[in-house]
Amino acid sequence: MSPQTRAVENWTLEPLTAFVREASVRLVLVLTPSGQVLAQSGFSRAVDVMSAAALAAAIVASTGELARQLQQPPFAALSHQGPKHGFFLATFASDRGTLAVLAVYDLDVSSLGLVQLFYEQLAADLKAASPKTTVPKQVLAADFERELTDSLNTLFGR
Amino acid sequence: MSSALDLITRVRGVRGAMLVSADDGIVVAEQLMEGIKGGAVAALAASLAGRLRRAMEAAGTGTSVFWHLQAEQGALLVVPGANSPGDGGILVVAVTEPDVNIGLVRLELLRVAETVV
Repeated sequence: MSPQTRAVENWTLEPLTAFVREASVRLVLVLTPSGQVLAQSGFSRAVDVMSAAALAAAIVASTGELARQLQQPPFAALSHQGPKHGFFLATFASDRGTLAVLAVYDLDVSSLGLVQLFYEQLAADLKAASPKTTVPKQVLAADFERELTDSLNTLFGR
Repeated sequence: MSSALDLITRVRGVRGAMLVSADDGIVVAEQLMEGIKGGAVAALAASLAGRLRRAMEAAGTGTSVFWHLQAEQGALLVVPGANSPGDGGILVVAVTEPDVNIGLVRLELLRVAETVV
């Protein structure tokens, strides 16, 4: 297991570790569309995880709304590429609800094709591993900060 | 581009041919028999091409013009187009039966590479 890969929900750990190894990605987040992080790989600071999760959730929401206005089903994936890094964001449905995966990769080490290829495997593995009988838990404002702190502590091994 | 691939796929024993973006590992055009996972072949061939390029540069041999991976049940033949990978180039890829005429396929791959790059 990569020392930099950590999960709040343990069933995500094995598929995520395999994805990181196979696709040679630098950073990954597995999160819900509301921005709750289930697992991360490659991040070294909690503030970066929070920022990336919030931004990814915002992108999922805005592209979802764009698709809705175009009377299309939600976009499956989004890819941006800069001179050195690529960015891949995709969502899929699982028994845990809709999940999003954000991956950042170095163009010297990986490629969009590789990330897409192994993302398909990751999504299939996460679907298969996701708990089947979870009742959606109501998030209360009073609990939110404590849960966020607990999650970040788990993600950074504190 | 599809007609360019005809040059390769008309050779007996060729199971499929593809043009692949060398930087992204994504299929640009393909003519494949059923059962060949084009996306996977493209992504992995492009990744291999990048690593081979670095290995050959390190070895001081210059860039590769053709590679041939022989397996028990077939072969993968690739001609990296000019400037690829690293500068948005194209790979010309063929998936073949094990007993294909390699020389002929190589010739057609090089012709296609000249046409499309």
